[in-house]
Amino acid sequence: MRYAMAVDTRKCVGCSDCVVACQTENHVPIGYCRDWVVEVTDGTYPQVELEFRSERCNHCANSPCVRCCPTGASHYEAGGIVTVTHHRCIGCGACIASCPYDARYSHPDGYVDKCTFCLHRVEKGLEPACVSACPTKCMYFGDLDDPKSPVSLVLRTRKHKTLIPEAGTDPQLYFLI
Amino acid sequence: MSTRRDFIRISAVGAGGTAIAWPLIQSMANAPAIADKAIYESMRRTPTYCEVCFWKCAGWIHKDDRGEVWKITGNQGDLHSNGRFCPRGTGGVGMYTDEDRLRTPLIRTEERGKQVFREATWEEALNYIADKLKKISADEGPECTALFSHGSGGKYFGTLLKAMGSPHIAAPSYAQCRGPREVAFQNTFGEGVESPERTDIRDTRCLVLIGSHIGENMHNGQVQEMSDAIDKGAVIITVDPRFSTAAGKSKYWLPIKPATDLALLLAWIHVIIEEGLYDRDYVEKYTYGLEQLKAHVSGMTPEWAYGITTIKPDIIRQTAHEMGHASPAVIVHPGRHVTWYGDDTQRLRAVAILNALLGSWGRRGGFYRPESMTVPEPPHPEYPVPKRTWRTEFPDLYPLADTVLANGVCDATIPDPSRGCNFKAWIVNGTNLIETLPNQENTIRAIQSLQLLVVIDTMPMEITGYADVVLPECTYIERYDEIRVSAHRKPQIALRMPAVKPKFDTKPAYWMARQLAKKMGLESFFPFEKIEDLLDWQLQQLGTSLAEMQRIGVKTFDRTADDLYFAPGEEVEFYTNTGKIELYATALEQAGFDPLPKYTPHEEPPAGYYRLNYGRAPMHTFSRTANNANLTDLMDENTVWVNPKVAAEWGLQNGQYVHLKNQDDKRSEFPIRVRITERIRWDSVYMVHGFGHDQKKMKRCYGKGASDTNLITKVLVDPLMGGTGMRGNFVTFVTEIEEVGS
Repeated sequence: MRYAMAVDTRKCVGCSDCVVACQTENHVPIGYCRDWVVEVTDGTYPQVELEFRSERCNHCANSPCVRCCPTGASHYEAGGIVTVTHHRCIGCGACIASCPYDARYSHPDGYVDKCTFCLHRVEKGLEPACVSACPTKCMYFGDLDDPKSPVSLVLRTRKHKTLIPEAGTDPQLYFLI
Repeated sequence: MSTRRDFIRISAVGAGGTAIAWPLIQSMANAPAIADKAIYESMRRTPTYCEVCFWKCAGWIHKDDRGEVWKITGNQGDLHSNGRFCPRGTGGVGMYTDEDRLRTPLIRTEERGKQVFREATWEEALNYIADKLKKISADEGPECTALFSHGSGGKYFGTLLKAMGSPHIAAPSYAQCRGPREVAFQNTFGEGVESPERTDIRDTRCLVLIGSHIGENMHNGQVQEMSDAIDKGAVIITVDPRFSTAAGKSKYWLPIKPATDLALLLAWIHVIIEEGLYDRDYVEKYTYGLEQLKAHVSGMTPEWAYGITTIKPDIIRQTAHEMGHASPAVIVHPGRHVTWYGDDTQRLRAVAILNALLGSWGRRGGFYRPESMTVPEPPHPEYPVPKRTWRTEFPDLYPLADTVLANGVCDATIPDPSRGCNFKAWIVNGTNLIETLPNQENTIRAIQSLQLLVVIDTMPMEITGYADVVLPECTYIERYDEIRVSAHRKPQIALRMPAVKPKFDTKPAYWMARQLAKKMGLESFFPFEKIEDLLDWQLQQLGTSLAEMQRIGVKTFDRTADDLYFAPGEEVEFYTNTGKIELYATALEQAGFDPLPKYTPHEEPPAGYYRLNYGRAPMHTFSRTANNANLTDLMDENTVWVNPKVAAEWGLQNGQYVHLKNQDDKRSEFPIRVRITERIRWDSVYMVHGFGHDQKKMKRCYGKGASDTNLITKVLVDPLMGGTGMRGNFVTFVTEIEEVGS
């Protein structure tokens, strides 16, 4: 089992519903977020290109955050989801420094927090909150080992990329282009 | 100018010498009038429809183990949202949790020569209003009271007004927003576009957007269907001086010179007629006036339009061909906020004509025929017949307006010796008129002429600062409202019910309106004491019940006939003079207006000035969400978009604060950050509407960004229907700024 997510940049309008849906679902405090939207503009008027990307933890298969965590709080769950066990986290911030995607933040309660792919929902057979809320249906989630999962299907037919592949972390967040 | 009404920052509450601005403890004596608490208290999720914008998506409010509001999600069966809310709907929680909410009724009073609000009980506040309304009705006539509404509760204040004998129920969503398109389509197809728009975007093969920024306006169903259309490979053509989000999804982006859209539309019509790209059978069978139209546009070639619009002739032809090839599954989108230049109805007429030529009205992938249920009104006495209307005061103006104009009421409030009656009382429900109506000075002058201004809101918006009485409404999460009736592909109804009891000393609109009616002897117009009983009675007539709707949230009915689209060869009678789709508008001709749209050049910005364009951001609904914590987290101030060439000329840096100053030397109250971007033309600037708030009590949004309304002092009024064109204002930069908030 290998969970992954794909975001269709051709459909994403950058509305940030994924951010609010995550914030309310996971009780992320106001002022913090586990996912965010990036807008990239390229070119000169009137030859302009625009890309929106809903970004979050890449749940890397080779995660520097897991490797550098001194307490083992950062770890892999089934399906490769990277999570932090809050009560084992000492808030040292080594993982934050090691993450090439800046996907982690220090929670005001003293631990490091990040996207969990909504593991608590996935375990119940639900999609992550961001995926289920997105009005453009631009996000696909599932098991890459299952060729019929939405994410497998879309990655098979669509051109895609990952972010900062040169970091060698084997990210599992894909962007359809 | 006399300032009888000092603007009160809501924090200035006179509390008999004590400094406590807000009651810390809720009085149990004022417990909310919601019955059957047990019903929602026992429910982990309760149905609602969203109040953050007019799209009114139906969904669920979920509560956590402690019974606290946790999250909001869409209802899978809802035709407006298909189970997916937009960021504002998902973030609606922030409206409920906002600590800056209005908490108790307030009455304007004077203390030591200074006007302040004092906290009042509901009894006091409602007595005050009822007495004043009765006096104004007796002295001046009941017609002198007007209601402005942009919220669900407006329905019941509307009942109150009708019961009093006033027809003056106005919504800024008409003359400040979509009015011109309704009038244009009524005068072409005999019917308006209505809301939600009857656009069949999910099945279209070609979507043409003219200044319409779907994706930035999160009108949920349309955004979703545009996404579906992208999946299906539809061609999108976007006409906008700004590289909008939609432009980024488009095969063609036409970076048009602002204010010249009508020339482009006429050139498209020219190409489509000259090259025979129109739907011949459809046009022959259903339309009137092709020959006149053909003669009218004969000289309006793409070459002619190029000189006006700066769009190259081959691109105009190519895009016309795309539309022709996709016909009839093509939508030249009518847009929504279309009050731009004062000739808006005529521009929208050109849009309607284009759709008619392409045969898209009544066709799959074009415009479908919506159907809705009718919710019965409870039995009540006849409403008194009003003796006067605002029309009586402006007999020759805006003959095609088919609703009460918010700006018309505003103008008719300012005393004028030529008029017999002026408005004396306004009830303002859920709309921040200071930011909604252009020309703020005019709005404030009108307010100063009133004998009574009642504001009903959940937040201390600017308009509350001018009120005599402020009534704090509970949020949509804490109340029942009227049944949502949708005109959609299928008829559908939706229920809103409270998830929790109202916070603070706030009340729902039905209770307020009925209490006022009771105090004014008009109780018989509200035969049900509790709204639950009214809703149950209404729902029973529709074949369901309150209990069932509390469980399912939305109910979809079958169409009465299989007529979502015109059947092949169907005989269709259109509600126009000729019974046909009028390419040549006979009703406009009768009223003394151009029966075919003509291009007229609009004023251009003087040197050193830039056209002020404004719009939406997907995470905000203007003032309404400006202080919402979940949404300010996503965007807490607006920026002014400036082309890099312009920035270089002015030496502007990205992120620097500037003031904007318009052609009338009106300066933005607060500074705004510069966003240097290739996404904007060099002759215009752009900002998101709804920022630059002046109420300190709204702590998160006070002084954040600038207000475009502040800078819209020039209003280009549409002579056909009174729409207030707001895109004829030009601004320049003032780089010296003082400290924010000083």
